[in-house]
Amino acid sequence: MQSTTLILLLVFMSVAAFYFGRTRSLATVGGPGHGTALHSLPGYYGYYVAIWCGPPAVLLLFVWLMIEPRLVVALLVDGLPESYRSLSAGELNLLLNNIKNLAAGDVVTVDVDVVLQDAAATYNAYIARSRQLLAVLAIGVAGLGAAGAWRRIQPDLRARNRVENVLRWLLILASSIAIFTTIGIVLSVLFEAIRFFQKVPISEFLFGLSWSPQTAIRADQVGSSGSFGAVPLFTGTLLITGIAMFVAVPVGLMTAIYLAEYSSTRVRGIAKPLLEILAGIPTVVYGFFAALTVAPWIRRAGESVGLEVASESALAAGLVMGIMIIPLVSSLSDDAINAVPTSMRDGALGLGSTRAETMIKVILPAALPGIVGGILLAVSRAIGETMIVVMAAGLSANLTANPFEAVTTVTVQIVTLLVGDQEFDSAKTLAAFALGLMLFVVTLCLNVLGLGVVRKYREQYD
Amino acid sequence: MKEQLTTQEKVEAGMARRRRKEYLFRSVGIIATAVGILFLAVFFASLIVKGSTAFKQTFVQLDIALDPEVIAPGGELDLEYADFDGLVRDGLRAQFPDVNGRSDRRELYRLVSVGAAYQLRALVEKDREVVGTTQTLWVPASSNVDMLIKGNIDANVDEALRTLSDKQIAWVTALQDDGRLRSQFNTALFSNGDSREPELAGIKGAIMGSFYMLLVTISLSFPIGVAAAIYLEEFAPKNRWSDLIEVNINNLAAVPSIVFGLLGLAVFINWMSLPRSAPLVGGLVLSLLTLPVIIIASRAAIKAVPPSIREAALGLGASQMQVVFHHVLPLAMPGMLTGAIIGMSRALGESAPLLMIGMVAFIVDVPGSFTDPATALPVQIYLWADSPERAFAERTSAAIIVLLGFLLLMNLAAVIMRKRMERKW
Repeated sequence: MQSTTLILLLVFMSVAAFYFGRTRSLATVGGPGHGTALHSLPGYYGYYVAIWCGPPAVLLLFVWLMIEPRLVVALLVDGLPESYRSLSAGELNLLLNNIKNLAAGDVVTVDVDVVLQDAAATYNAYIARSRQLLAVLAIGVAGLGAAGAWRRIQPDLRARNRVENVLRWLLILASSIAIFTTIGIVLSVLFEAIRFFQKVPISEFLFGLSWSPQTAIRADQVGSSGSFGAVPLFTGTLLITGIAMFVAVPVGLMTAIYLAEYSSTRVRGIAKPLLEILAGIPTVVYGFFAALTVAPWIRRAGESVGLEVASESALAAGLVMGIMIIPLVSSLSDDAINAVPTSMRDGALGLGSTRAETMIKVILPAALPGIVGGILLAVSRAIGETMIVVMAAGLSANLTANPFEAVTTVTVQIVTLLVGDQEFDSAKTLAAFALGLMLFVVTLCLNVLGLGVVRKYREQYD
Repeated sequence: MKEQLTTQEKVEAGMARRRRKEYLFRSVGIIATAVGILFLAVFFASLIVKGSTAFKQTFVQLDIALDPEVIAPGGELDLEYADFDGLVRDGLRAQFPDVNGRSDRRELYRLVSVGAAYQLRALVEKDREVVGTTQTLWVPASSNVDMLIKGNIDANVDEALRTLSDKQIAWVTALQDDGRLRSQFNTALFSNGDSREPELAGIKGAIMGSFYMLLVTISLSFPIGVAAAIYLEEFAPKNRWSDLIEVNINNLAAVPSIVFGLLGLAVFINWMSLPRSAPLVGGLVLSLLTLPVIIIASRAAIKAVPPSIREAALGLGASQMQVVFHHVLPLAMPGMLTGAIIGMSRALGESAPLLMIGMVAFIVDVPGSFTDPATALPVQIYLWADSPERAFAERTSAAIIVLLGFLLLMNLAAVIMRKRMERKW
């Protein structure tokens, strides 16, 4: 039986269980007119039976489908002739893939012999048997659960409390997904990164000055040992982030000041949503703009004053990234400026200072922690930004501080190492996870620091 | 003797300087605000200038003799192997009978897209009666001809530096003088999947891929996000676990999206062995990505429901669950939906994590299910932006216009919903 049909059947059974549970609860007290004799509303008895019917069976279904492939493969390998079982892990995997493809009627990459035919037939038979067993078991579990719950229905069964308890656990589970996600991220990058550091020493990765991650297929190839010194990537990331902040911080801050202190409500009402649009444009679009409009423009401008500008200069990527971050800086600065109590502003103005003096000497110092927190968040955003640099920055790892040259960043290298065909054990792919770990740790620190500062500051004047 | 200045005079002496400073500060503020808005204007203008031409496409009119010998040798229709390309070429040669020599002819054939043969085949498949007749058809011109007509190829530059030869340009001019060239709405852009030929490449595959992905995303992240928000706002005790969840949600909202892609690659593809390039996996990754956004918006919506509602329901004997599900949730729903739409618009524009899980493949077929290989609209933009052909640059801009159109619609929906459902307590 198809698993979708099975799920539909289970859903149907649960609906039926709800109906029967509800009816029985009323029947135990002598009909619909006597519902007040029940502990809970009749519907809760229905839900109670339905919860015992559907969810356990669905759980069984998922666990089964997770285990099934491994079990079937183990059985299949056991049944193969000796000559196949002694193959290396990789070859065996290939063989199993072929058997699976043959069983599904797809294209196979080797000559089909009798053994393979047999294996495919056995595979199909195992799967069919497993699905039959699953269907029987799942329906059995659902039926038994529902029947048991149905029998337990009595007027004084605290059905509502039980249903609500289940619901509460579901809510807790949903809110814990955030934690599981974090754990998942940490574990997935950490494990691969540890495997990488077994191949490449951590000191070379952190302090090495040369980055060329191609590993050779044969040992005797030229340049067979890739070098994994990530310092050029870090400097490249810092350079582009620096350019971005050089644009975003002054512009964002001054925009926030102007809109908060000077502009009329009408100008503010128009300018603010317009700037918000900047935050809503997808990063791939910024990347396109940086690569095809800004980069050639900077190149031409550089040539006209006699400067050598690379076609994938750090400047183009940094400038556009800075524009992207303006709304983030300006809205966080706006929050910080507005959080400064009016009394401070009024005091300064009342003593005769101009608006600019009030701003620079009173409000900005008071709002500084909040602004700095916002800038930290913006830096973290710039470091983690991917599409703009993938499209507009280069691939060559140059150790330079010249914004007109091409540099590469951590995120660009993660993308280039992982896109396309890959062998999952090579140092090359594992390096991407090591870079990912670095990225995660650095942005995490910046975020925790930034969020902490922003929150603490917000409370200061409350 | 030194003259004693009064405070008044001291202040007035500095006034001009201070006013200048004030003026300067204010101007810098105006300039800063203008920079952002100016960029926006330049950006949209260049996008529209570059992209609007892609919605039109050049077509060539050819008289094509549908030779039964070719299409149906021996009386049997042979759609698989019939040489429709040859028929198109015959049609071209009939148009220019005086073109001789192999290389000249080959150049001539390049004026028409390979899509012409597909069009012919579809025509025969639909109506078998046309075999043996001569049809006057509008077939797509090749992308180079299209670029020439749109003025993106300059006929005045040196022949070696452009993709069309002098002869080809002369033929195009001849066709134009004959009235056999016209520009019509580019339906291929919306009805085709990706293609190596710019004139046949469309975004339908990418749009369907994005659609399936968002379907997975919304059906996972909305219920989970709302449930998490309900728990955190209404039930969570003040303990370490709740604090940990809070900190986690806030941090996840700021984790770079590419890290979520690494998570998807390691967990969903390598560990759970789900299919690569599938909208299902993309949807799973994007739902983890949007979850914090939806949780934060939903919590704000729940917070906005006044406590009096809860107290009234509790006072009438409702249980805490009943208060939440019967009263608070319906009232907070508009705010939650607004948050969901904003989360979805973020998911629609996201591309970095999708690169990690293999959704960057060149895929011609329009995906038909959650597990078919697919790309997404932003990834298609990325792929096209990388293509060197001039015609793809135009199409990239067009795809961006479509993407921004979708985002605009979603945000508009969110704004309208917020306005209409807004309630003052």
